[in-house]
Amino acid sequence: MQELSLNILDIAQNSIVANATLIEIGVEVDEKDFLTITIRDNGKGMDEESVKNVINPFFTSRTTRKVGLGVPFFKQAAEDTGGSFHIESQVGVGTTIKAVFDTTNIDYTPLGEVWDTVAILIQMNETIDFVYTVRKDGEEFVCDTRQLREIMEGMPLSDLNVVQWIKEFIRENQTEILKRSY
Amino acid sequence: MKSLQELQAIRDKMKANISTTRDNSDAKVRVVVGMATCGIAAGARPVLNAFNEEIAKRGVEGVMVGQTGCIGICQYEPVAEVFEGDTKTTYVKLDAEKVERIVVEHLIGKTPVTEFTIGAIQK
Repeated sequence: MQELSLNILDIAQNSIVANATLIEIGVEVDEKDFLTITIRDNGKGMDEESVKNVINPFFTSRTTRKVGLGVPFFKQAAEDTGGSFHIESQVGVGTTIKAVFDTTNIDYTPLGEVWDTVAILIQMNETIDFVYTVRKDGEEFVCDTRQLREIMEGMPLSDLNVVQWIKEFIRENQTEILKRSY
Repeated sequence: MKSLQELQAIRDKMKANISTTRDNSDAKVRVVVGMATCGIAAGARPVLNAFNEEIAKRGVEGVMVGQTGCIGICQYEPVAEVFEGDTKTTYVKLDAEKVERIVVEHLIGKTPVTEFTIGAIQK
């Protein structure tokens, strides 16, 4: 993947297929420029066996093909930087994936345009709520579709003008918090 | 800095133009973009974005844009399928520019862009 934001989009598709109604995506940078991406959903979750298998590229719950590369790609992108990867899941509760990246490492993949990822997720999934959080230096920005829907009073978030506003809303606020691109 | 007040203004504008808000619940044409790992890695995000933007910008009626998983032709991603009744057109190796032509010539002009189809590329 060219940007980590594409990995986020890819991993979030798993949450959608798992029938999540709430998907939380978090980006946090610490004082050592380690970047943590968290993707948490309230979907159907996985049993212990599947959680173990999901990091194996030759495992997939699909029947149409034999490989599942989404999670292994994301894990590798983190571990290549000397970071870490963690997945936790419980049937009926949901799944949380957490990947830590050393952004100073030569093998670090740029975060990229996360606002594009979040906006397209919101646009294509009107029945799912998304919470996107950015944190650095004790500052926080949150974009929560539950709040946006309240403001919209029943008008769809998938409208192009709204989607474009969401993109800019995230891009500007994220840049303000992170102060530079990662 | 973008604020939530701006979103309220967009909402009010939408409410004022409610009759022109597109309702695609009975769409006759369905466009689906492959958004599995293979598709995303190959550039499906800008392709899906382009379909959404071009269709809205040009006010194309009766078209629903959706997403699908891997349809098994990963080497031809980004892939989009256009469904019209019993007909399916499979477009391969897409980018935003090709999408613009598909929207103009196929979705509006009703003539598939043959050169971007899987049939053309497999010859």
